[in-house]
Amino acid sequence: MEDIVAYLKAERGQDWRADLRKSMKAKERTSKLRVKMPEEDPNTRNTNNVEVNTGLSVEQAVLEAQRCLDCPDPTCMQGCPVGINIPKFIKKIETEDFLGAASVLKETNGLPAVCGRVCPQEKQCESTCFYTVKMKKIPVAIGYLERFAADFERDSGQMAIPETGDSNKIKVGIVGSGPAGLAAAGDLAKFGYDVTVFEALHEIGGVLKYGIPEFRLPNDIVDVEINNLKKMGVNFRINFIVGKTASFDDLKADGYQAFFVGSGAGLPRFMNIPGENYNGIFSSNEYLTRVNLMNAADPEYDTPVISGKNVAVIGGGNTAMDSVRTAKRLGAERSMIIYRRSEAEMPARVEEVIHAKEEGIEFMNLHNPLEYYADENGRVNSMKIQKMELGEPDASGRRRPVPIPGSEFIVDVDTVVVSVGVSPNPLIPASMPDLEVTDWGTIVVDKDSMQSSIPELFAGGDIVRGGATVILAMGDGRKAAAGMHAYIQEKVKAN
Amino acid sequence: MNKILEKEFFSKNVVQIVLEAPEIAKSRKPGHFVIIKMGKKGERIPLTIASADAAKGTITLVVQKVGVTSAKLAELEVGDSITDVVGPLGEATHIENVGTVLCAGGGVGVAPLLPIVEGFKKAGNRVVTILAARTKDLVILEEQMRAFSDEVIVMTDDGSYGKKGLVTAGMEEVIDREKVNLSVVIGPAVMMKFAALTTKKYNIETYASLNTIMVDGTGMCGACRVSVGGKTKFVCVDGPEFDAHKVDFDEMLSRLGAYKDQELKDYENFLKLQTA
Ligand SMILES: Cc1cc2nc3c(=O)[nH]c(=O)nc-3n(C[C@H](O)[C@H](O)[C@H](O)COP(=O)(O)OP(=O)(O)OC[C@H]3O[C@@H](n4cnc5c(N)ncnc54)[C@H](O)[C@@H]3O)c2cc1C
Ligand code: FES
Repeated sequence: MEDIVAYLKAERGQDWRADLRKSMKAKERTSKLRVKMPEEDPNTRNTNNVEVNTGLSVEQAVLEAQRCLDCPDPTCMQGCPVGINIPKFIKKIETEDFLGAASVLKETNGLPAVCGRVCPQEKQCESTCFYTVKMKKIPVAIGYLERFAADFERDSGQMAIPETGDSNKIKVGIVGSGPAGLAAAGDLAKFGYDVTVFEALHEIGGVLKYGIPEFRLPNDIVDVEINNLKKMGVNFRINFIVGKTASFDDLKADGYQAFFVGSGAGLPRFMNIPGENYNGIFSSNEYLTRVNLMNAADPEYDTPVISGKNVAVIGGGNTAMDSVRTAKRLGAERSMIIYRRSEAEMPARVEEVIHAKEEGIEFMNLHNPLEYYADENGRVNSMKIQKMELGEPDASGRRRPVPIPGSEFIVDVDTVVVSVGVSPNPLIPASMPDLEVTDWGTIVVDKDSMQSSIPELFAGGDIVRGGATVILAMGDGRKAAAGMHAYIQEKVKAN
Repeated sequence: MNKILEKEFFSKNVVQIVLEAPEIAKSRKPGHFVIIKMGKKGERIPLTIASADAAKGTITLVVQKVGVTSAKLAELEVGDSITDVVGPLGEATHIENVGTVLCAGGGVGVAPLLPIVEGFKKAGNRVVTILAARTKDLVILEEQMRAFSDEVIVMTDDGSYGKKGLVTAGMEEVIDREKVNLSVVIGPAVMMKFAALTTKKYNIETYASLNTIMVDGTGMCGACRVSVGGKTKFVCVDGPEFDAHKVDFDEMLSRLGAYKDQELKDYENFLKLQTA
């Protein structure tokens, strides 16, 4: 910890940073207004799949970077799960060294273009920014700036491919190609390992591909990162389920020395209320997979999807927002969120809630479904909903929703998307009886090395945390890569 | 990419394909299935592994033309490849020596039944197999079934081959004459529903292998969900075999029809394109 403080201090003390601070008075910096992210028109974008935020211009980025005070104690960094050197990258932007800014980001974050788009900044770095905490003002737009620097680098055609160490010919396996797996693969390749990523689906990227829609995270952006990993020598095996296609023992016999499991929290939860298996009722995973991974909305593709006129999405997280906005884009006349708590408790990114409202999404907060009804063909045609109010705080610290007796009513719906959370993917634990898991099915690991109860097996991301975030998954992948490196080097020395 | 090594039509609409898939061939057990996808724009569909040869590194699939994907699959030639094949998926059949096993297969459900018949026979059971089809041309895998069954009874709806009648008539004939310890039924949902009702009358433990709509096949989406004993189960990871007396076949039938209109339209368009 002290090392980091000393390092940050030394960095901040460099002449260019000191000069830059002096170049503008703090008052002038704090008097500037936060930039507004340019976005597509709400009434047009809710009919297409184009990315909503179009990105800051160079001028906007520099202006926003000027707002940052380059604080002696950068509290923003405490809010970042991977400890990005935030003031340094922002000050690089202020000096218009955008490629330099991108390389600062990459010191700790392998996927800045992704994180700049999907991190819940308002709960992380921006919530601990000096502006938020001390000045009670709107924070520096750290997320927008992160995205700007990463996009600039990609568009410049000068994207730096990280150098890989001398090949040590030691084989390591990564299970799952979501952000956790990709981050681990990148670091292990840098250390010189022979890395193979196994992915169950026919596409690389995990939730970044099958879950998060194009209008929020274009696939191209993820593909650039995957291609960089390929250039670094990482091998990918799609259509390969570890534990099914081959067991860990098969792979060990094939020479693999250690594994990282980033298999995600794939199992959708349902509410187990009457009528939930009627046609037209989906999990958000199914709905989003059909549209994002299988391109079901495009008639050229074979996979069908139901595009309803009255769509209800149950839940208040990112997945619910993505589903309800997808439904709108597929032509729904009415697409509504049904959420049992109030807006303040919604786990979704604030920006997504704002965007959803702009796009004409209805919010029925403090409402909870009780039962579904269907027509003679078994297709859902209406649902019973109950009103809720907030009671005492529960274990999560959020106020518990309590039903209001007698408040039930019926709403017509022809499509329902259930988005009330996911459980850990049971495939790996089921294939390894000796692996220690919690009652919820998450894999138990050492929190520093990410090593599981089976020494050669490391794990991270949603399979360890339950449904969490991209940045935490990535951070876990990197920690595990370091843990695996130490473990393997130890083993090599012992032999 | 998995290469097609052999192809044989059992009837106009039923084709057997032998596919290169060394890892799956090595890991699969009776009851397992694969998910395939053809081309970038294809959909993902489940197909049961009818047999496999670990030494040669091949798996055998039997496909009935029912929609766009199966029709496209039937058009592929030896030497062509299937873009994506993933598996083996699902839980393997629980096979042990129980005494007499009555296996009933309807239509293309006979293909997934084959490795199960083989498994029960090799485990030392007496195996009586019923093959049911609408008409003579649709009876498949009879010879292969005979190799692993103590007796094979063929039933056709129109009486054009074997005995005339439904699969349930054949089942009752066996149950009336000898003690049956276990029954396994695979076929169209309606057939399984009535087969299950039949064995329930006689209190014979029965398994059905369900063929629901699937997307990923790894438990990630819930498209394949069914109610078993009042609880929601995912066929791709909890199944595909379940206690047939507890499966809600009516719900399953309704869910199978979820995309009927769209599928029919797509299939008709596909057939039009083919003849154009
Ligand atoms: C719709 C949606 C929107 C979201 N929005 C946000 C957001 O805005 N911001 C945010 O920070 N987070 C968001 N999240 C959460 C975030 O995506 C996840 O926390 C993150 O992707 C977890 O990463 P992971 O690498 O652990 O797993 P995943 O991304 O789930 O990847 C796991 C991969 O492993 C594969 N796999 C599983 N088992 C096996 C096996 N046995 N063999 C081979 N492969 C296997 C799976 O097919 C999958 O591709 C969202 C999630 C969803 C579903
Ligand atoms: S097919 Fe998706 S969960 Fe079974």
